[in-house]
Order: sequence, then C-alpha cells, then structure tokens
Amino acid sequence: MEEKIKLSPDSFEALPKAEELDNEKIAAPSLTFVQDAWRRLKMNKGAFISLWIIVLMIVVAFGSSFFIDHASLVKSAPNYANLPAKIPGVPINGFNGKLKVSGEWVDEYKQNNIPSGKYFVLGTDYLGRSLAERIIYGTKVSLIVALVATFFDLTIGVAYGIISGWKGGRVDNVMQRIIEIISSVPSLVIVVLMLLVLKPGMTSIIAAIAISSWTTMARMIRAETLQLKSQEYVLAARSLGESAPKIAWKHLVPNLSSIIIIQTMYTIPTAIFFEAFLSFIGIGISAPETSLGVLLNDGQKNFQFLPYQMWYPAIVLCVLMIAFNLLGDGLRDAFDPKTRR
Amino acid sequence: MRKYLLKRVFYMLLTLFLVATITFFLMKLMPGTPYSNQEKMTPQQIKIMNEQYGLNKPVWLQYLIYLGGMLHGDLGTSFQYSNQPVSYLISSRIGASAQLGLQAMIFGVLVGIIIGSFAAINRNTWIDTLCTVLSIIGKSVPNFVLAVLLQFYIALKLGWFPIADWGGFSYTVLPTIALGVGPLAETARFIRTGMVDVLSSDYIELARAKGLTKFGIVYHHALRNSLIPLVTLIGPYTVALMTGSMVIENIFSIPGIGEQFVKSITTNDYPTIMGVTMLFSAGLVVVILLTDIVYGIIDPRIRLSGNGD
Repeated sequence: MEEKIKLSPDSFEALPKAEELDNEKIAAPSLTFVQDAWRRLKMNKGAFISLWIIVLMIVVAFGSSFFIDHASLVKSAPNYANLPAKIPGVPINGFNGKLKVSGEWVDEYKQNNIPSGKYFVLGTDYLGRSLAERIIYGTKVSLIVALVATFFDLTIGVAYGIISGWKGGRVDNVMQRIIEIISSVPSLVIVVLMLLVLKPGMTSIIAAIAISSWTTMARMIRAETLQLKSQEYVLAARSLGESAPKIAWKHLVPNLSSIIIIQTMYTIPTAIFFEAFLSFIGIGISAPETSLGVLLNDGQKNFQFLPYQMWYPAIVLCVLMIAFNLLGDGLRDAFDPKTRR
Repeated sequence: MRKYLLKRVFYMLLTLFLVATITFFLMKLMPGTPYSNQEKMTPQQIKIMNEQYGLNKPVWLQYLIYLGGMLHGDLGTSFQYSNQPVSYLISSRIGASAQLGLQAMIFGVLVGIIIGSFAAINRNTWIDTLCTVLSIIGKSVPNFVLAVLLQFYIALKLGWFPIADWGGFSYTVLPTIALGVGPLAETARFIRTGMVDVLSSDYIELARAKGLTKFGIVYHHALRNSLIPLVTLIGPYTVALMTGSMVIENIFSIPGIGEQFVKSITTNDYPTIMGVTMLFSAGLVVVILLTDIVYGIIDPRIRLSGNGD
C-alpha cells in the first residue's frame, strides 16, 4: 500500500517573517486601571443602564433651569387644579386626561372646561401647577443635595481619613475618637438639631449633611491609608524628601480612588433619601419650595382619589435611588473584581 | 477584656455627655419661643411662666440643673403638654415604639436570612436574580413610600389589616413590614455574599463528601458561619429603625416616640426634643457596645484585634 504524497515545491516556502513573530504575541492592548474598570462596568448591564439614566436625569434636571423659572413654579392656577395626565395622541386611560372617579373613567379636562389646546403631561397638583415641572425641579433639588454630600465626602472625609491614617499615633487616636462620637449619635438627630437651629430649608439640610455624611468615608480612607503608608513607593517618595501633602496628592489619592468612588456612590442615595424623608415629614424643604419629598407628602394626602399625584414623584424617586444603588454595586465590582460573585 | 470594656463604657458616657451638652446649648440658640401666644401675654405673665419653667435662671445654672436632673431620670417638663414630665411622655410611648422596632428587626433579619441563603444556594439561577432584584428594590424604595402604598392597597382596598391606630397584633403588621424592609434587603444581600463565600470552602466540601443532606449542610455549616458578621449590622439597623419610626408612626398614627419627636419639633417643645434626642443617642450607643461585646464572645478571633485598638 504505497501511496505517493505529492509535495509541491511551494509547500516548503518560508512564511513571511512578520507573521511568525505575531504568533507569539498576545493580542489585547494593555489597559490602564480606569480603562479596565470602564470595560468591566460596560459589561454590567444594570449598572450601565443606570449610569445613562442618571446622566439623563442630571441633564434634564439642570437643563430645565433655563425653562422652568421659580416664579412659574410657585404661581398657582386654580382653574387647572387636580387635572390628571394628558398626552395628546396617547389613548391609554390615565394618560388621556381621564381619571377614575368611583369606578368610571371621566374626562376631567372636558368637565373643567379646559381649552382644548391645553394639556399637562403628568397632570397638575392641587393648586393647578404642572406636576411634570415640579417633579423635574424636585429631582434637581435631590441631585443638588447629592452633589453637596459628595463634595463633603470628597473634601472633609478624604482629607480627614488621610491625615488620621498618615499621622498615626496620638493624632490618629484623637481623630478616631471624634469620629466615634459623631457616628454614635444617630445622624437623624444631628439633622433635626441643625434644622432647628437654622431655618428649615436647603441650607440647613446641607449643613446637616456636611456634619454627618463624611464619617464612613473618613474611616475607610484611614484604614486604607494605614496600609498604603507602609508601601515601598511611599517610602521611596519619603526618602527622596517629598513633602507629605505632595505624597498624599500624588501617591495616596490615586491609589485610594476606587474606594473613594465606591463610597461616594453609597453616600449619594443616603443623602437623597434623607432629603426626601425630612421634607416628607415636614421639617425639611417646605412649600412654596418643592422637592420630591414635598411632592410625595402633597400626593399622599390625596392618594385615595388622585393616586397619580403620589405615584409619579414616587416612581422618579425610586428610579433615582435604584439607579444610584445599581451603579454603586457596578462600580464596586468594576474597581474591585475580587468582591464580584 | 475588662480594661477594654471599661474604656468602652467611659467613651460611651463621654459621648452621651457631649450629646447632652451640645443639644442643650443648641436649644438655647433656637429661634422662637415656647409660648405660642407671646404677643398676647403681659410681661408679668411671661415672667411667671419663665419662673415656672426655670427659664429666668442664668444659662449655666439651667445647664447644671438639666444635667443633674438627667442623672436621676428627670428630663424636665414638656412645654406642650402642660406640666407633663418628659420622662412620663417618653415612658408612656416607648412600649409601642420598642415593640414595633423589635418586630421589624426580627422580621427583617429572619426573612432576609431566608431570602439571602435561598439566593446563595441557587446561585446564578433565576431565583438568585429574583432575590437580588428584590433586595435592590427593597433597599431603594423609601420606607415611607412603601408605607403609604401598603396602607392604601392592603389596608384600605383589600381590608386585610387595620388602616391605622394602635391596638392588637393586627395593627402592627403593616408598619412592621414597612419598617422591616430596609433591614430585610440589607440582610439578604449580606447573607448571600457571605454564604457564597462559605459554600465554596473546603469544610462544606467535606460535609458534602460525608453525605450530609443539603439542608443539613446549609443549616449547620454554611448559615452559622455567615451569620456571625451579621451582628455588626445591628447598630446601623437600629439607626434605620429609629429614623423610620418617625415617619412610619406618623403614617399609621401609632402613639410612639418617633411620632412624638416629629410633633415636638414642629411645636418647639425643647425639653421633649432634648429628651428624645438623648434617648435615641443612648439607645444607639448601648446597642453598639452590646454588639461589639457579643461579637467578641461569639467570634473569639475578633477580640484580640479589638484589644489592640
């Protein structure tokens, strides 16, 4: 059984040189820390969608400043009071100006003789003010509170943690005792006390958050700084005569960045909840100013008859909270893949 | 251990002293007067009232009297309810709040443990996803929104439970659920993470190799080990329950401390505000101390690092 293998001369030709080298090469380009985290975040669908929802909410809420001025927000229009949502061209009950009154859908717009061109996308409240405008404004308030909480987390929290961890010894001891005392008072009590001393409103909520929000961040940063302090690159920087603030800024902060980002994402929903909570029980932001908490409180009074007045702000608030929570989880997994399960 | 304990108790007392001091002086800074109709009162009347409530004495003396009174449980007299001592106001209302808080804690932790371990056992299946989604929603939906929804749809529409007020056990069901959902979601997440860790460890493998039933493995080995760190969450839960009680008790009109607190804030009733503030702080400090001690007892590995701090 002899079989001749036919070999043509060109079977023995050498491969092009470049290709040969490529075989040994691992193809993916090396990624920086941030790129890597971003790639992992994109794979997490929930977190990625949440990110876009938050971006959208920020753009809408702050972009609305040009269209919704404070005067029109506060002005009441009693003829338009308590109108349900109406979006032209949407024939779904609940979005066509009809409201369920004792079991039957009644066109409230017709009943109240509203001019045919006039409509409110999410209906109106008991003073005839557009609910959509008020919700957008309320979202802006929530986001501002979130921003402020983030700001204090990033400044006081991070600085306090780094100083406490870096100095060590007695300074650390005293600073930790202070944190212990602050955090063993329920933050609610701090908030209430601030609200009592200052006038209820945005300023006092912000002041209260400034006092109570940063302790967790400071604790985590301190613990991490204690570890980073003994790293060789920090020792190298020290022995080269780098000043402490410069080491903190150039070496510690970049290495702490993932903790900072993750912790911030947990501070934000807490702050948003706090604002809504305080306004809801009537000791935070109060009428004529508005926020999601105020809207919920107003809506809750008429919930039995005009459920949409509470549902819409409630949905917006919940979506905001879910988005921040999901993004927080996503960022934690992205920056620290070890914790991912 | 004893030295550590003494140190902790000292810091606890120091904290409470500072809270009392700060609260007292903040109250003195507060705008507004405790008399709702001061414009109509003659200077004579104001003077008599001030004398009656001890407001005519210098501030430092008022402070000393306040501190001294607090040492034997006297928190002053309420401005709002004529001549009712704050300690009586609090003690007559603490029962409802404590019952509600305890029930919510037990409900939240127990159901959270069940859901969390269920998710961990069925990891990466639809059950797991469902549990994760539920716990994210439970964490994100504010408890006061949930309370209003429960009150309307379950109590008013379906009529399963009383709408509001405080009576037998059936009155406590809806507020307990509303209050307990936060701890529930947190516990479920926590237990799931811990359990997934434990389930992949060698001794679980051994237990499986020994031929233990699935329930036996989960109940005797996995669950017990992932329960220990849960103790550290009791402190934050207490805070959440105290905060929550303010609004939940209001919605369901339960005569508890939280409802009283909100009422006294809106009516400038300083002594009551101070009393409840002290009660909340003391409660939290004691809970934190107790959980730290319990943690040290059930997990001896912790004690050493606690001592070194």
